[in-house]
Amino acid sequence: MRKTWWKIVCVVLLFYTIIQGLIGTIPRQPILNETLRNVYFHVPLWFGMMTLMIASAWFAIKYLRGGNIQHDEYSAEFANTAMLYGVLGFATGAVWGNYTWGDPLPKDPKLIAVEVGLLIYAAYFILRSSFEDEQKRGRLSAVYNIFAFAAFMPLVWILPRLTDSLHPGNGGNPAFGKYDMDNRVRLVFYPAIIGWTLLGVWITSLRIRVRIIKRLKTEQF
Amino acid sequence: MKKIIALLTLTLLISTNLFAQQEVEMADKMREDGKIWVVVAVIAVVLAGIIGYLVLLDRKISKIEKGL
Repeated sequence: MRKTWWKIVCVVLLFYTIIQGLIGTIPRQPILNETLRNVYFHVPLWFGMMTLMIASAWFAIKYLRGGNIQHDEYSAEFANTAMLYGVLGFATGAVWGNYTWGDPLPKDPKLIAVEVGLLIYAAYFILRSSFEDEQKRGRLSAVYNIFAFAAFMPLVWILPRLTDSLHPGNGGNPAFGKYDMDNRVRLVFYPAIIGWTLLGVWITSLRIRVRIIKRLKTEQF
Repeated sequence: MKKIIALLTLTLLISTNLFAQQEVEMADKMREDGKIWVVVAVIAVVLAGIIGYLVLLDRKISKIEKGL
């Protein structure tokens, strides 16, 4: 194990999230009822995905500036885990929506925006796999990665706010904290975000290391 | 004056009554005797399994890295 301390933080936060998240008291909300606890599991996946996407775009820029192939690998693997989190967030949202909105996939601007955004990122992987040459692949996919990032963030954060959305805090001012959360919820919600994000970083770091090993092996022979 | 006070208290009583009727359904029973701890334990075991798997994977990769 390398650099264990933040992995221990991740594990502790996740266990805290599950135990306190299921046992702790939450505000009584009609329709939502106990499903408000999904805030500890569904929403952090999206926050984690955003963080991973930021890291991915960061390393894409770094690759373009320096041309170090390792930065390209970092960028690709961060995008990979971000996709995993996005798909998981989508699936958990569909289950939650089924029981609270009465439809797993309602015509909600945020859902449509995320569908488009994830497809943009899916195209990133197709683009990557279509090049043989390492440098060409690195350069083009880094440029595309920055474009995908620049398209995704306004799609998910700004566009749903311009119309009406079922998601709280959309369709007007972001007022998520006003009616859904109280301090008891926040006490679990924020650690949950950090914990799930760290788990994503951990998975990414493993994938990056496997990738680097593979590259070194092929360079040896 | 007394009548007004009586009326006020009456409306207040009614309104608190209404407020009590609007109680939101929660899994109170489940928390009382519904063995929710068992569910928490099961999910914790699942998470422990996933974390253990990641730790093993991490160690394995470290070992390979040393061999390179």
